[in-house]
Amino acid sequence: MGAAHVADPAVEAVDLVKSYPAGRNKPRITALRGLSFAAAKGTVFGLLGPNGAGKSTTVKILSTLSAADSGSARVAGIEAATRPEQVRRVIGFVSQKSGADPMGTATENLLLAGRLHGMSRRDAVARARELLDRFGLADAANRLVQTYSGGMARKLDVALGLMHRPQVLFLDEPTTGLDPHARSEMWAEIARMAGDEQMTVLLTTHYLEEADHLADRLAIVDQGRVVVAGTPEELKSGLRGDAVHIELAQADDRAPAVLRTVPELRDITMDGSTVRGRTDDGARALPPVLAALEEAGMAVTSATLARPSLDDVYLRHTGHSLDADADPKALEVTK
Amino acid sequence: MTTAHQHFTGARPLTVLTHAALLTGRLLRALWRMPTFLVIGLVQPVIWLLLFGQLFRSVVGLPGFTHAAGGFLRFLTPGVVMMTALFASAWAGTTYQEDIDRGVMDRMLTSPASRGAMAIATMAYQAIQTLIQSLIIVAIALAAGARFPGGVAGVGVTLLAAVLLTLIFSALSDAVALLTRQQATLIAISQFTTLPLMFLSSAVMDLGLAPGWVGVVAEYNPVEWAVVAAREAMGAHTDWNTVRLHLGLLAAAALVMGWLSTRAFRAYRQQA
Repeated sequence: MGAAHVADPAVEAVDLVKSYPAGRNKPRITALRGLSFAAAKGTVFGLLGPNGAGKSTTVKILSTLSAADSGSARVAGIEAATRPEQVRRVIGFVSQKSGADPMGTATENLLLAGRLHGMSRRDAVARARELLDRFGLADAANRLVQTYSGGMARKLDVALGLMHRPQVLFLDEPTTGLDPHARSEMWAEIARMAGDEQMTVLLTTHYLEEADHLADRLAIVDQGRVVVAGTPEELKSGLRGDAVHIELAQADDRAPAVLRTVPELRDITMDGSTVRGRTDDGARALPPVLAALEEAGMAVTSATLARPSLDDVYLRHTGHSLDADADPKALEVTK
Repeated sequence: MTTAHQHFTGARPLTVLTHAALLTGRLLRALWRMPTFLVIGLVQPVIWLLLFGQLFRSVVGLPGFTHAAGGFLRFLTPGVVMMTALFASAWAGTTYQEDIDRGVMDRMLTSPASRGAMAIATMAYQAIQTLIQSLIIVAIALAAGARFPGGVAGVGVTLLAAVLLTLIFSALSDAVALLTRQQATLIAISQFTTLPLMFLSSAVMDLGLAPGWVGVVAEYNPVEWAVVAAREAMGAHTDWNTVRLHLGLLAAAALVMGWLSTRAFRAYRQQA
């Protein structure tokens, strides 16, 4: 739903359904319930959602690692279910787990990846050198990967995916587990290579910032479906007006009811001592909001107005916040 | 015009072999850097050969021991070679297991490397380890005083039988690793299969001295096939028909198991 028509998409999922056996005498876990999206050539497309939303499953189906129960997955126009060998030639795959052989050096890992894709030794050596330089790994090129830091290993993973100049690169949670410094470095690399390499990137992430920063377009995935898709700007401006965040001194269940009496405010939700709402004009709505709360005897520690964030978009379309990530309802299906 | 995907149109035999060679090279480099398991794998057989060989050397004098010529050490050496090959190859699946855990497996499976090449590589890697270990065991047996009238041809047959046995059990171990994805299951299965298979063969004891049913079961045991082929070839007055028959059985079993382990990738994909 909400997926704009894309002519000649580089990656396309149509009504993907996938369930897994959960064990004996247990109902199957449904990971995907009709997931659809299309990513245009040469763009970075983000799949945003919490763990268990179905992002990894989608990537596994598109990259031929897994088969869907029904629906269609096409990469560069090739059907993944029926012509997996051809899909494998045009994709790079960077999984959540590393993917590099720790008992080999970075150079050995890269050469192997290139040669498996049919590159000559000479081409592979040149390309490996180029990638090692670009990712700042040249000095560590001949060290065993098991001695690498998390950030270095992750860069090598991405380099491995790029080795054969794929048409489509899958990046499954590329910065999970990285410290903030390594993460921002990785973002810079991804943004740069997406521009340089003329390829399509399918990025999955549960970091809003990451999706906002890197994706040209994104689809919000929740419980096995795409709930909304568009550019980050479109999604945010789809929520009219400003977000109002009120922090109460003490959590109080009456707060939403009190705020509903303020006509300027809508979409009121409460999460602990935080109350959120939306308004067309923040400057006009704030005084009556504060007045109403004060009249009801609730002390306010802070009140902020903000342009809508992706988290607001997320909250609006899924009914829960992505930042409150430890959602117990989220199915744990990624392994 | 050099983008990779334009180069080939299918898993041609040459491509499969090139990929298998590249993947075997990767495993051998790791072995070269850390030969720990190769060495550890030799400790047990050396103890068997030297301790067991001494302790039980008078069993060849028992009535009914049909392979008494040349002493117990000559009898025992082919058995210890096969035991070592069996124990090492039952663990072969740990390579897949580690690759699965580290995401290497998924990266390979999304590359053009064929499943056949991946299966061949792990089996070839195990076979090379078996060759090295078998040669060391034979050398130790020679140093300890064993003599093999079968000479170089006899040792050649022993190596071939050990390699075929390795292919059978490493393919089985790989399939188990792909199907269960759990180290614990792999350990349990190798523990439960290797010891019975060894003792339901003539690896360490002449079956003429064992209950009749053991001999019947042993006829269907690949370990026994390998031991018989090797012992026959290493001894004097080799019956080459026996050797050929047992090598043929081993080769057939290796082909079947190799094919099954490639099929296990399909199950792995179903579960992914």
